Amino acid sequence: MCIYGVAGNSFVGYVTANSGKILQLSLEHCLLVVVAVLIAIVVGISLGILISYYDVLAPAILYVCQIIMTIPSLALFGLFLPLFGIGFKTGVITLVLYCLLPVVRNTYVGIAEIDPSIIEAARGMGMNEASIMTKIKLPLAWPIIMAGIRTAVVMVVGIAAIASVVGAGGLGVFIFRGISQWNINAVLVGAIFVSLLAIVFDQVLKLVENRSQV
Amino acid sequence: MIHLNGVTKIYKNNESPAVDNLDLHITRGETCILVGPSGCGKTTTMKMINRLVTPTQGTILINGQDNREMNPVEMRQNIGYVIQEIGLFPHMTIADNVATVPREKKWPEKKIQTRVDELLHLVGLDPAEYRNRKPASLSGGQRQRVGVARALAADPDILLMDEPFGAVDPITRTHLQNQFLRLQEELKKTVVFVTHDIDEAIKMGDTIAVMREGHLIQLDSPDQILSEPKDDFVSALIGGNRAIKRLNLVKTREVIDNMPIQTLRTNSPVDTARKLLITSQLPAMPVVDENNRLIGVVQKHILSALKEQAEIADIMEKNGCVVDKGATLGDALSTMLNYGERYVIIVDENYSPCGIISFTYLLELMKNDVA
Repeated sequence: MCIYGVAGNSFVGYVTANSGKILQLSLEHCLLVVVAVLIAIVVGISLGILISYYDVLAPAILYVCQIIMTIPSLALFGLFLPLFGIGFKTGVITLVLYCLLPVVRNTYVGIAEIDPSIIEAARGMGMNEASIMTKIKLPLAWPIIMAGIRTAVVMVVGIAAIASVVGAGGLGVFIFRGISQWNINAVLVGAIFVSLLAIVFDQVLKLVENRSQV
Repeated sequence: MIHLNGVTKIYKNNESPAVDNLDLHITRGETCILVGPSGCGKTTTMKMINRLVTPTQGTILINGQDNREMNPVEMRQNIGYVIQEIGLFPHMTIADNVATVPREKKWPEKKIQTRVDELLHLVGLDPAEYRNRKPASLSGGQRQRVGVARALAADPDILLMDEPFGAVDPITRTHLQNQFLRLQEELKKTVVFVTHDIDEAIKMGDTIAVMREGHLIQLDSPDQILSEPKDDFVSALIGGNRAIKRLNLVKTREVIDNMPIQTLRTNSPVDTARKLLITSQLPAMPVVDENNRLIGVVQKHILSALKEQAEIADIMEKNGCVVDKGATLGDALSTMLNYGERYVIIVDENYSPCGIISFTYLLELMKNDVA
């Protein structure tokens, strides 16, 4: 257990020696997150819109999303392995499920919290339901939806590290390899770069959010 | 234009109807005010016209056509709708707000932009300044004007207005009311106007429908309502001071029509001013600039107390007591009371003085009216 002290086996040394691999796995990690979040945005906002029209469905759908969140990610990846096989696909599908709750919930809440008199004015002026949704409700709910997306992204950057167990790649490869080979440096590289990615994603989204502010 | 025949609305979980067997006929080009205490069914009645609320029973005809047979979205696009200021879309610019209905109607973009400018001018907002601002940066009164402009955008025949001037301070409200009256003289829309304020009803309406608990109690002209309230409820609604309220039936320009108006310039000799004031028996005189725009007022009591020689410019008060010629005598009276003066100068759209009304004159008027 003298990893830290040995020359040539230091953390910095490890990073420089593996920089190509780090870059590649970071990009893989980003790809996993971005694809999963994009799908989750489409599915989640659609579901949120759906339950904003059919209030009776809201508790059930939100409950299911919440249940998914409580399943340990390792178990969920494992559950989907026989269904979707080894690789990227299983990773993305699992991550999408974890993203759903914040996106669905914030879309639903964002729409529900709009002042009803604004909606009534729109309806009274002769806007059809599609116009009211795209021109009034979604733009007004956007800051809240955006907050949900940010939560989802930051969370999923972390969970995506586990996706390497199903062969979806990403920075999790370093972590799991480090654990199995007793290589603390590998684990550290995985953990630090995952955190860095989370911070970068969050800051970028914050910028986007401020830009789209009302 | 609009016929309500035996219209009843019973809301779910409610035993008593919100509107009960209501018959109402609104003719083209008139302003019909629905007035009554809260919960009397006035807003429900209005919302049934554009089908935001569906009647439980009865029919509503618009231009002879049953409104249940029309496509609700198309029908609403042809009926202007104004609600309290909150109804503006906060995420859109003023121009986009006004352009809402034309966009839904898929007008060409160029025509929409021209129309937006035209409407902002119409309600007295400079398009260059306000077009690209958001509602949050406007005052309550300005927002309300945008609301009116938005409702007029596609040039509908009918306007529905739900407490349109409810959320602004009294002075702004008077101003907006006068502006709307002036607009309506030009536009001649058929207006259904909901308010709980009987004074507003008297001022704005051609006919007033007094409602209580879903029933129509009295449908008459403002004059009739004031002079012959049908029952105790209507009298109570009108309240006391009926003589003062009748002042709201008369516009200032109707009484100043044959009144000669004399004005002073800042360099006029004080002696001339004194002579003019004494012969005219008026308590004050307007002072104007070279463009005949009002810049101040000289009061009689100040002039007569004056011992030494002075310039008009020195004794002139800059902020005189002024109302627009579209205002009513009631507005004139409350302006006098607000300023604590015994006169009010009437100005036209160029801010040129066109008349002056004294407190004594109003007192005479009320005395004759009561007698």
